[in-house]
Amino acid sequence: MSEETAPAMLVILRHAPHDSSWLREGLDVALVAAAFGQRVTLLFLGDGVEALRPGQSAGALGQKGTHPTLDMLAMYDIEDIRVDRDSLERRGLTPDALGWTAAPVDVESLPALIAGSAAVFNF
Amino acid sequence: MQNAPLRYAVVVQGGPYSHQAAHSALRFARAVIAAGHRLQTVFFYHDGVYNASRLAAPPQDEPQLREGWQALASEHGCELLVCIAAALRRGLIDEGEAARHGKPAHSLEAPFVLTGLGQLVQAAVDHDRLVTFSP
Repeated sequence: MSEETAPAMLVILRHAPHDSSWLREGLDVALVAAAFGQRVTLLFLGDGVEALRPGQSAGALGQKGTHPTLDMLAMYDIEDIRVDRDSLERRGLTPDALGWTAAPVDVESLPALIAGSAAVFNF
Repeated sequence: MQNAPLRYAVVVQGGPYSHQAAHSALRFARAVIAAGHRLQTVFFYHDGVYNASRLAAPPQDEPQLREGWQALASEHGCELLVCIAAALRRGLIDEGEAARHGKPAHSLEAPFVLTGLGQLVQAAVDHDRLVTFSP
């Protein structure tokens, strides 16, 4: 099976930055999977879309921001980045307002995306 | 018809006695084996790493989670892998890392093993099923 046709690992990010370590630890799994030669799809869903707002640097509590990690995705060849359109709209966001390029997807497409993935990591 | 045995990996992301996830994961692990499948790998990540603490002293009339995982390892040979990055920042540290970081004690020992996230990715590749338990 060529790398192009092999199903990707799907990492779903559902938590906002700063409040918990879910987002950071989820991104770590994505980066390590890519470093191990896996094709990775990232899906920002629910509160996870907050991570794509511009300016997510270190928070007031001194945690590391996720902004630098998101900047590294391209370096790890993680280019399939998707964001749930409905989650954006509920938070008054549009794809243009995001700090990173992410392809908006409709909720109806998620079951097929999940079913077609080699493995699903849900954070 | 008896289904062919599958190779299972379980990911535990909930802390012990805080969330249902750790309890459900252990019960699921036993059920997988009872159903004739093979549980090869348990990976502890996020707050799930606390399940590996050798210093936990839960009341005797509550489920003994750590002993449960140990029993699975000794009776069925499944690996108990703990993410080292998630563990060290939460105070889960084995003897070698304790010495390396100048810590006065260690909180993690065999059969639990500190390892990298790459092993979680490998588990997803190597097993027929990877089932995650999160709070």
